[in-house]
Formats: sequence, C-alpha cells, structure tokens
Amino acid sequence: MTTSETPHATCGCSHTSPADAQRRRVIRIAALGLAAPLGLATWPAQASVVGARLVEEDAEGKPMPLRPSDLRVGKPVVVFPFDAKTEAMRDETRLNKIVLIRLPEADMTPETRALSAGGVLAYSAICTHQGCDVKTWMDKEKALVCYCHSSKFALLDRGNVISGPASRPLPAIPLTLDGDHLVIAGAFTATPGASLA
Amino acid sequence: MIALRKPLATAALMACGLSTLMATAAPANYPPVTDARLSNPEPANWLQYRGNYAGWGYSALDKITNNNVGKLQLAWAYTTGQVDGHQAPPIVNNGYMYVTTPGAQVIALDAATGAELWRYKKELPAELMQLHPTNRGVALYGDKVYVATVDCNLVALDAKTGKVIWTKPVSDWKAIHYMTLAPLAAKGKIMVGSSGGETGVRGFVAAFDAETGAEAWRTYTVPAPNEPGGDTWPGDSYKNGGGSIWITGTYDPASNLAYWGTGNPSPWPTEGRKGDNLYTTSTIALDVDTGKIRGHHQYTPNDAWDWDEVSAPVLIDTEVKGRKMKAAVHAGRNGYLWMLERKDDKIDFVDAISYVNNNVFTAVDKTTGRPTYDESKRPGMGKGNVSFCPSLWGGKDWPPEAWNPNTGLFYVPANNNLCAEMPEPEPSKYKKGDLYIGYSIGAVLGSLRYQGGNDAKAPKTIGELQAWDLKTGKLAWVQKFPTFMWAPLLTTGGNLIFAGGTNDRMFRAFDASNGKILWEAPTPSGVTGVPTTFEVNGEQYVAVQSGWGVDAQRMGSGIDSLMGKTTPVPQGGTVMVYKLSK
Repeated sequence: MTTSETPHATCGCSHTSPADAQRRRVIRIAALGLAAPLGLATWPAQASVVGARLVEEDAEGKPMPLRPSDLRVGKPVVVFPFDAKTEAMRDETRLNKIVLIRLPEADMTPETRALSAGGVLAYSAICTHQGCDVKTWMDKEKALVCYCHSSKFALLDRGNVISGPASRPLPAIPLTLDGDHLVIAGAFTATPGASLA
Repeated sequence: MIALRKPLATAALMACGLSTLMATAAPANYPPVTDARLSNPEPANWLQYRGNYAGWGYSALDKITNNNVGKLQLAWAYTTGQVDGHQAPPIVNNGYMYVTTPGAQVIALDAATGAELWRYKKELPAELMQLHPTNRGVALYGDKVYVATVDCNLVALDAKTGKVIWTKPVSDWKAIHYMTLAPLAAKGKIMVGSSGGETGVRGFVAAFDAETGAEAWRTYTVPAPNEPGGDTWPGDSYKNGGGSIWITGTYDPASNLAYWGTGNPSPWPTEGRKGDNLYTTSTIALDVDTGKIRGHHQYTPNDAWDWDEVSAPVLIDTEVKGRKMKAAVHAGRNGYLWMLERKDDKIDFVDAISYVNNNVFTAVDKTTGRPTYDESKRPGMGKGNVSFCPSLWGGKDWPPEAWNPNTGLFYVPANNNLCAEMPEPEPSKYKKGDLYIGYSIGAVLGSLRYQGGNDAKAPKTIGELQAWDLKTGKLAWVQKFPTFMWAPLLTTGGNLIFAGGTNDRMFRAFDASNGKILWEAPTPSGVTGVPTTFEVNGEQYVAVQSGWGVDAQRMGSGIDSLMGKTTPVPQGGTVMVYKLSK
C-alpha cells in the first residue's frame, strides 16, 4: 500500500536529478565494487533494466511509476521493473520482485546510501535462503525479515544477514531519480534468488 | 570414484534430474518390495516411513536392549552436504539404505558401511519458494524408489542404480503447492498429497500407477459444493480451503483403506469460511482402489488455531475402554489423545483425553467427539489480542508417535505448557504464488507464550515423552525436558524408545517401560529425523538423521525471543548409524 505524504526531511525527495545523474550514479556504484555483472538468464537484459521505473506488483488499473513521496517511511512495497516506453511490467519471473523501502538516509552506511535515491532503497524481494518473499520490516530491529524461516537482513547496511539461516546478503539494486520518479540505475549486486544445491 | 554415464544418457537425465553413480560395490541382492512384505515386514529391514503400514514406529529387533544400550556407539556417519530440516527415516532393504534431504535429494548408501551407492538431485526451479525445506523420505515398491519433491513432482528411480524411470507432475509449484511427505505404496499405487495450507492449496490425495506413473485417482480433502460436505464451505471458499496432506498415510490391507491426516483450513481467520470446513483438521479413510472417502473424523471443526492434524492415526487392534476394537489412535495438535474405531464404511469416535493443556475446548461430546469451544479463545476481527492453549504448533506437530505391542504403551512426543497470543487478523485475499494466512509475520513468530507467564512462575519444562496405556486411558509415565521436544519416535523389541528432538543436539535411548534415559549422544546438529533400526549380517543398527530446521527451528526462535536468549543449533545434515560396541 502506498500513500502520498510529505517527504521525510532527510530524504531530499524534491530534488530533481540532472540529466546525467543516472550515469554518474552507475559509475559511482561501480567504483564502490557493488555492481557486479550478472548475466542471469532469468533477469531481464541489463540494458532493458537500467532506466526501468518501478510499479507495485498488485497495482490495479494502469501501473503508476513510483516516486519516493509515494512511500511511507519504514513501509516496504513490493514492485516490479516497468518499461515506461512499452508500458510493460517485467513480471515474467518472480526473481524480478524488488522490495522498496524508504528509510532515513542518515541511518544508512555510506555504501548503502550510494545505492539509494530520495531516501529509498531497493533490494531483491526473494530471500537468499529458500526463495520466499521477504517484505516485512521490523523497525525495532532495523531488519527486513523473511516470513518463512526468519532470516533477517540489514537494509541499512547493504542487505547483510543479521540472523537466521540465510548465508548471503539480500542483493541490492541501485536507484536514481528521473524527475520525481524512481529509476533502476544498475544491476543487482549479486544473483537474486535462493542458493539451491 | 565416479562412474560417468555416456554423454547422451547424462544429457537426458539433466532434463529431469541427476543421479551420480558410484563405483562402490553395492550390497549383492535387492529383493523386490512386494505388498506381502510391506503388509508383514521382516524385522531385519525398515521398508517404509514408520516401519509398517499401521504406523507403529516399532521394530521387533531385540539385540539392542535396555540392558546393553549403554554400549551403543557410532558405526558410521555420512554428511549430506545439505542444510535445513533432515527429517527422513533411513529406509533399508537388504543392506541398501535410502535417505532423502531437503530439496528432495535421494541418497543410496551401503547400510553397513555408509558408502554412497548413488545420489539423485532433483533439478529445482530457480524461482521456487520453500516454506518448509525438508523431505520425509522415500517409498520402496517393486524394484523402484519413489520420492515426492518440493516442486511437486513424483519421481520413480531404479533402486539399484538411481536411474530416473519416470517423473510426473503432481500439482503446480508456482502456486506454492509442494510435497514433503514420504509416498505411501500399496496395491500397485503410489499415493501422495500436497502441502500448502499457508498458500491456499485445495488439499488432495492422488494415486499414481507404480509402474507407469499414470494418475489413477485424485481425491480432494475439501469437497466442492455438490459433494458430501460441500455445504460446510460458503461460496467459493473451498477452492483455496487448505486441508493439505503432508505426512504419509497409514494403511489397513484387510479393509483396503488408507488413513490420512489433513491440515488446517485456509486462511487461518474464520470470518470468511463459516461452517465446519470438512475435511480439514481430520482423519479421512480412502479406498485405495478408487480414492473414495469411506469415513472421516474431524478433530477441530472450523479451526482458527492452525491445528493441522496431519499425522495419520496409528492403527492398533487393541482394547480401549474395556472393548477390543480396530482402533485408530492420534495425538492431536489440539492437545487431545483421540481414540477412534475403524469400520469399513465409517470412523467412530471412542474417547478423547487431554494430554497437554487445552483451554479452548469446554467439552467433547461423548458420542460424536465434537468439541465445544470457549469462543473468547477464538482469534478474530474486532477481538483484540486473544490467548489460547496449546500454541499454534499444538501439543504435538508432525513428529510421529509410536506403539509398542510388548509394553502395550502408546508413546507421544508432546510439548506442554506452551500457549499463544494472536492479534486481530489482517484482511486476506488469495493470490496465486503468495502466502494466504491472514496474519502478519510478527503475529505468528511472536505468538508463543509460556503458560502462566515467562517469569519465575513459568513452568520449568516443555517437552514431554509420554507413555499412555490405551486400555485404561491413563498416563503410565512421563519424562520431562526443560526444552521443547520435536521428536519422531522409534520403539523396539529391546524395550527401548529412541528419540532426539531437543535443541541440545542429543539423540537418546529411553527404557520403554518407565521412560528412564539409558543412553544419549550429541550429534552434529539437532535431531528431528525419524529414527529407524535394521539388521545387516545379523547385526542390529539404529539410524537417524541429524539436521535441525523448519518448524523446530521456528519454535526455538520463538521461545528464545520470549526468554531473551539465543540457543545456537548448528545447521547441516548427517546420517548417524549406531551399533553396539564389541
């Protein structure tokens, strides 16, 4: 569920990125070593993902690309990439599910903040343990928790595992802003999905 | 050394799974598993999930006894290389052992040495979501091994080589229908059912031809409106009504009826499904030839407490309340020990005894067994927080009980003194491929409460190994543990019970007559595996898988959270096989 409300004071949501902001952000993320090339067959070709907007998975009617101001602080929303030109939601595989969450930028580690846009972070919504949807934010523990087996991930710190059976971080996906809208700025930092034997 | 297949054959196998063959010398002879053997299993082998069709979890082997079990030592161990819940029994036929792991891998081992003979790995979809990453074992029939997979396929393998004979889709894994049970093999059919009580499955039992894999019949545990029991569901609610099947049925060859336990109705909140919701939280008796439902007993009509009753009843011909009968006995998740009578065309209620604290039932009808509820204990909209006992995981979850014909005692691995507190449910709408529960994660995982409070007044024990005298309906003895107990049971002609289930990694032997702990040994992880026993070359072995996970882990996390502590239980599966020292 999303609602419109006044942006968080620290998120800078009203800022409009210059035209080359997206490219600069990708370069900055690559320099941090966070955007490993993936080449996943199930993940849409990177060229079509970079620049994609994000729409709610359960959106009724015409999909509406999300803005930071559509997100309430600490309330995760599950989204799919959305090609604005073709108006196609990239929901052909659940591995494309992304969880968006708006959190105070001041609470993010510098590496994590570099992945955010307008105070919004994006991570794979598929748990790296056994592939369940992971979309519940526990504010007290500052953790995104998986319903199935209680793996907890530190979204403010690159998705690292806090506790539980998951053995690898939740892959992040860098964001930028195109005007008011959230836009994917690069590839997942690791392969999304469970670590199947 | 790996004996590689020819490239073409390997490529063909890759399409539906992979088996690797080892050059290790296999036990010489693989005797076919026949209906006669399954109906009257020889003690030297453990041919099926609970040792016999009746579900006793009993072996007549008596070389390891209550007098010498202290000399039990490790014969061999074998790491599976997998994590999560290793719950499958090591199933043995003339020196061939078969275990399964989470992810539905099948490993064939030399039962005397632990040498790997072959391993089958199901190629699982990358998108697969595993709510319950476990598998509870294989079925043996003829010269084949059958495994029900987490991506909802039934696979037949050659017992000696691991070669894939056929693979049949059973249901839609994209709807999060998944299988974790050991199949039931009888009269040329392989029977399975699907989990998915938290993902909106319409539960079913399906039978497949053992030779060809052709589907013979499919019976839904939730009837359609035009079927008997269909009027217990409003509107279209039956379509995603739950009643999942995730534990192997028991079977009476004389009546040709298979008895299955069914899961909770979906979603958990009851507002949208007024009525009894047949045949959820029930035992149903199915004709193995046709799949027709010939009888049922529902334990918790219109369940609101997630009290699945998935363990099939144990079939015992014994005296109950002064009368000899063909009984079906079940320690319910709802905290009552149910004694039923099997008849050709129905299941009659006989008696129900509370074996852990239940504060929801105010009465149980003496004729029908139908409980009356304290409705203030039913969670629901507009009711705020509601407390009830036992917890969501019940007095006993799936871990099977055991019956020992020598002691005449029925053993129950119970969890007592645990309750739950649930908030108001959330609106829930079925969506394929998503959870369909009706409560938030915080509500479920944070629901556990100690009976009486989690302070100094809290009970000092939770896990209980109970022994019940069915003739008198009395508790013969109980062994209590400070921790909870998630313990499938094995009992033997050596007057023993074997069990793990506690979060201290221990595997134990108990005196079957009085519950005294006679032997215990730590294992690499925690034990929630089903123990078995068998003989090779006249020597008796006891086998179990160590490998903590799934709901035992969830319950442990809940208790740790309640008590503000952390109890580490390492992950990883190991087949542990014991024998007496010389």
